[in-house]
Amino acid sequence: MTTQELRVKANEIRKGIVTAVHAAKSGHPGGSLSAADMMTYLYFEEMNIDPKDPKKEDRDRFVLSKGHCAPALYSTLAHRGFFPVEDLTTLRKVGSYLQGHPDKKHIPGVDMSSGSLGQGFSAAVGMALAGQMDKKSYRVYAMAGDGEIQEGQIWEAAMLAGAHKLDNLVLIVDNNGLQIDGKIEDVCSPYPIDKKLEAFNFHVININGNDMDEIAKAFKEARETKGCPTAIVAKTVKGKGVSFMENNAGWHGKAPNDEEFAIAMADLEKGGAN
Amino acid sequence: MADIKKIATRDSYGNALAELGMAHDDIVVLDADLAGATKTAVFKKACPDRFIDCGIAEGNMMGVAAGLATCGKVPFASSFAMFAAGRAFEQVRNSIGYPHLNVKIGASHAGISVGEDGATHQCNEDIAIMRTIPGMVIVNPADDVEARAAVKAAYEYEGPMYLRFGRLAIPVFNDENTYKFELGKGIKLREGKDVTIVATGLCVNESLEAAKMLEANGIDAEVINIHTIKPLDEEIILTSAKKTGCVITVEEHSVIGGLGSAVCDVLSEKAPTKTLKIGIMDTFGESGPAAELIKKYGIDAESIAEKTKKFLGK
Repeated sequence: MTTQELRVKANEIRKGIVTAVHAAKSGHPGGSLSAADMMTYLYFEEMNIDPKDPKKEDRDRFVLSKGHCAPALYSTLAHRGFFPVEDLTTLRKVGSYLQGHPDKKHIPGVDMSSGSLGQGFSAAVGMALAGQMDKKSYRVYAMAGDGEIQEGQIWEAAMLAGAHKLDNLVLIVDNNGLQIDGKIEDVCSPYPIDKKLEAFNFHVININGNDMDEIAKAFKEARETKGCPTAIVAKTVKGKGVSFMENNAGWHGKAPNDEEFAIAMADLEKGGAN
Repeated sequence: MADIKKIATRDSYGNALAELGMAHDDIVVLDADLAGATKTAVFKKACPDRFIDCGIAEGNMMGVAAGLATCGKVPFASSFAMFAAGRAFEQVRNSIGYPHLNVKIGASHAGISVGEDGATHQCNEDIAIMRTIPGMVIVNPADDVEARAAVKAAYEYEGPMYLRFGRLAIPVFNDENTYKFELGKGIKLREGKDVTIVATGLCVNESLEAAKMLEANGIDAEVINIHTIKPLDEEIILTSAKKTGCVITVEEHSVIGGLGSAVCDVLSEKAPTKTLKIGIMDTFGESGPAAELIKKYGIDAESIAEKTKKFLGK
C-alpha cells in the first residue's frame, strides 16, 4: 500500500473505533485513536499474517498490552478481514465475542488476551523467546501505553528481553501523554522513556506515531536491528482525528453520545488524521 | 519405620522435569532465581537450552510462560508457592487462567514445612487462591512416587495446572511398581467404617499413621488421599461419608479455602455430614524446624489421632 492508501485506511479504522465505542456506550476512544496509524501500518503493511488462517504457525504476533484500546485492534482486524466490520457494533454487549478487552479464546486474530496493564508485554517476550529458541523467523510486536509503563512488570519484561537480545521483538510505546488522572508527567512521570529503554538494552527509535512515513521508516529500522530488541517511542495525539477528543484526558474512557458521534464522524469524513 | 525412604517432593519435581525434558523437546522450564531450591536446576543441567531464568520477577515469569504456551511450548513456571500463587496471582489469573493456556505452575516450599524461614515464606493460602481461578487444576502430591507421576500427568494434560510441592523430605509410602496416578481421582488407602479421613500432601502419610494409632483405640478409620484438589473427586468422598457418617479433612494449608473447604462445599450440598477440618488455623506460621512446626500446628499423626478421638467423643 502507498502511504496515502494507508492514511485512508487508518481513517476508516478510526471511524470503526468511534462507531464501536458509540454503539457500546462505553469504552476507550482516546488511546484507540492515538494508536490507529501504527496499528494500520502493522496489519496492512508490516506483519506477516493471513486473515483466513489467523493461527498459522509462522505468523508475526501482535500483543496489545494496552488492552483497553481493544476498539483500535478490533477495527483494524475487521478491516483487515479477520471478521465482519458490522460486528464492531456488538462491542461490549452481552453474548458478543468482542469483549471489552482482547480475548484470544474467542476473537480471530487476537494473539493474546490482555487488559490488565503491564501483562501483555511479558507474553510478547515469551513469544519472542519461543521464536528465538526454535530459530523461527516470525517477529513479535507489543504495544504499551505511556501510562502503562508505570507498571513494574513492563520493566521486568524489558530486562529479560534485553538480557536475551530478542531482536525479533518490537515494543511500541504509544506516548500520547495522557492517562486517566491527567498528564503522565503530572501523575507519575515515566520520562525520559527513550533513555530508560536504552538502559534496558533496547535500540530506541523516537517518532511521530501519527505520521505514516515515520512509522514505516521506524519499523524498517527495527527489522534491520540485530542483537537487541527495538523500542519505538511514538509521540501521538490522544483522540487523534476527532476534534473534541484530541489531547483531552476526559476522552480516555468515555463514549460519545449521538450528537458527539455525529461530529466525530463528520471530522473523520473530512479526512481525520494528517 | 527407620528404613523408610524420605524424599522432598521438590526433588521429585526436578527429577521428573529432567526426565520428561529429555523425552519431549516442547518442555520449557522457567524459574525466578530459585532453581537450586525448586530443583529445576536438575532440568537446567539436562536441557540447558530450554531453561529460562527470569530473575527475581515472578509476575513477568508467568506472563512469559503464557507467551511461550501460545507458541506451542509446554512451560513449567517455577517458584515458591508464596510467590507463584501469592505475588503472581493476578498474572496467573489474567495471563494464564483467562486465556486457558497450557502453563504448568510448579510451586515448591508450600506450607509451614518450609521451616526456619518463617511466616513470610510459609504459604498456607495457595490452594485457596488457586481454587478460585476458573479452569485451574490443582494437584498436591503426597510423596515422591505420586509427585513424579503428577508431573508426567501435568505434561500430558492440556490446560493450566498448579502443582504444589514441599521442601521437607517426607516418607515414600506409595509403591512405584503398583502406583497409578489418575488426574481428578482420589485414592482410598485404608478401608474403615467409623470415620473418613480425607488428606492431601504430606498429611496423607500422617493420616495413615494416625489411623494405626486409632486402630489401637478401637476406631476404624478410612483414609482417602486427595492429590487433585480441583477438580475434586466428589464420588469417593460422598460414598465414604455416607458409609462412616463422619468426615475429617487434613491438610498443610489454612482451614480457610483449602481441601477442607472444598470437601465441605460438596458435603453441605450433596450429603450433609458432620465434618472437622484439620489444618493451619487462621494464623501465620513461624520459624522452627519443620517437624516441630508440624507438631505445634497440629497436623502430625498424633495430633490427628487426638483430634479424631475428641471429635468422635471417644
